[in-house]
Amino acid sequence: MSGTILEVENLSVDIPVAAGMLHPVRGIGFSVSRGETLCIVGESGCGKSLTSLAVMGLLPKTARRSADRMEFLGRDIRSLREREMARLRGGSMSMIFQEPMTSLNPSYTIGNQLAEVYLRHVEQSRAAARDRAVFLLEKVGISSAASRLGQYPHQLSGGQRQRVMIAMALMCGPELIIADEPTTALDVTIQAQILHLLAELQREFRMGMILITHDLGIVARVADKVQVMYAGKTVEEGPCETVFDAPMHPYTQGLLRCIPIPGRTQRGERLGSVPGIVPNLVGELSGCMFRNRCDYASDACAGMRDEPTRMGDGHAYTCLRAPEEISGEPQAAETP
Amino acid sequence: MTEAPAAALETVDVTCVFQVSQGLLRGSKPLRAVNGVSLKIPRGQVVGLVGESGCGKSTMANILLGLQRPSSGDVLYAGNSAAGFSRREIARRIQPIFQDPYSSLNPTKTIESIVSQPLRIHSVGAPSEWSARVGEMLDVVGLPRRVASSYPSQLSGGQRQRVAIARALIMRPEVVICDEPTSALDVSVQSQILNLLQDLKEEFGLTYLLISHNLAVVQHMADRVAVMYLGRIVEEADSDTLFNDPRHPYTRALLGSVLTPDPRLGVPDTHLGAVFPNPIDPPPGCTFHPRCPDCMAICRSEPPRPASDGGHNTECHLYGGAP
Repeated sequence: MSGTILEVENLSVDIPVAAGMLHPVRGIGFSVSRGETLCIVGESGCGKSLTSLAVMGLLPKTARRSADRMEFLGRDIRSLREREMARLRGGSMSMIFQEPMTSLNPSYTIGNQLAEVYLRHVEQSRAAARDRAVFLLEKVGISSAASRLGQYPHQLSGGQRQRVMIAMALMCGPELIIADEPTTALDVTIQAQILHLLAELQREFRMGMILITHDLGIVARVADKVQVMYAGKTVEEGPCETVFDAPMHPYTQGLLRCIPIPGRTQRGERLGSVPGIVPNLVGELSGCMFRNRCDYASDACAGMRDEPTRMGDGHAYTCLRAPEEISGEPQAAETP
Repeated sequence: MTEAPAAALETVDVTCVFQVSQGLLRGSKPLRAVNGVSLKIPRGQVVGLVGESGCGKSTMANILLGLQRPSSGDVLYAGNSAAGFSRREIARRIQPIFQDPYSSLNPTKTIESIVSQPLRIHSVGAPSEWSARVGEMLDVVGLPRRVASSYPSQLSGGQRQRVAIARALIMRPEVVICDEPTSALDVSVQSQILNLLQDLKEEFGLTYLLISHNLAVVQHMADRVAVMYLGRIVEEADSDTLFNDPRHPYTRALLGSVLTPDPRLGVPDTHLGAVFPNPIDPPPGCTFHPRCPDCMAICRSEPPRPASDGGHNTECHLYGGAP
């Protein structure tokens, strides 16, 4: 596709730990096009945050990254040196983190912090940086933006801080935004506003976005494409509607049964659950890592190879069960 | 609802005022964290308390737990005024489960020591029985008995929350205050904890106050729901009534912000101004008026009075709250 911004194939991250080699990301591939939102969803420890850090080149020093392909705007970024990577980060590729409390520097004014990115990446003009900062603060819905530039992060509320983070991510007109749980620390009302804002800005500036979250409600509302991760691998991916309407992998199905949905689950009714815990990803791993928590597990699962079953229109899942076997069952997650 | 016997827990016109310093020489100003709240928690029911951060939910929890003395008003335990109870007696009746199982368990104590602490404090039974009691509680909350000798750092988030639940229930309290019990947990773990809370309620005949900002969870669990805004309960009704027929514009905005996993809907535009008012300097009239889409002239000057309609209480000028 011509509008592709980022293309990643077979990305793995290995981290040496005391017990051996930890494999938190084990062969992930995805692509993001202009104006498209890719949601990476999964629970803690599934490798979703490390995947984004690997793309940004922000992995911890001891971690090893390997990939068959990592192209950003047609340029191979696997072999870029730290200096060149730093030029991309904050410039054409920027990131919004979860905690607006900790990701802003408390001892600098927000004007200073906003200007810094611009001065570093775009041009050495304080006046231009200031204008851009005011323009973006207004854009993200912060009132009397000009007077806010002299304020410190502690003078803003959580929602306002997250808006400042978004403005900062937009300072240099990025092509790609990676947002890691951008609204998890916020109230529902503010969450809706922030997501609404992100979607609007994304449309306006035609940016690609990777949104990392564990909240299926958010995924359903903002994603174009969904990628469900479990134990460092993609277990299911596809267009948002397809994945929610006809989830194929037992893990995706389980997750969707876990959440109370007003109007669909009855009060007091037991919610579905995914029993068991996430496997340890240290050492040699083989077969389907979900098999110890799966209702349909059989001996064959231990020897499963990573060959996704492709359903057409980009929907694919990695499970030994055949599509006919799965679609014959009633789905709790089906939209009425 | 029919006339119920004395509620398990009730607040009568409770107000809690903190003095907030304005700086070195500027004296202090009062912050009304809870401003005249009357809330009944009937025995055997689940009452949900929802609202944005800063609305006074957690101060309410502290008042109910006897950790914070209200500036005025009274808390009634099964119809009896809190003044007649010591801190310890209140703790026997009411126990909390907090949001973050990572910080609510002492990292230097074993699980057995954590869960048995209430028994030690209240000197219940012989110390030789404590270990067995802990074992039973671990069974009840679905933890293997061998974790008794583990430390919190060796357990997952969901397991820690189960430990917190075991600690809360070992004294067989009447009421459990659940302050965001699942907000820090993963989706699949959240559903396990909610199911467990549901089962324990049946098994021990518990009464819950469920404080949460996750309205889907509240709707799933609660029989009755109270919506709090700037220290006031602005709407209160049976769960079905409140979720099907929300009246207060704030409740409507809250419900509108819930993101159900429906891929055909986009992100709603709540039209709710982002700015949560400063509680030290609340707006005049109805405190919600600067954010309200239905604001009228009267809202800017007169605070609305509570209006009740068959158990559906609303505090808004749109619903007969006018003087």
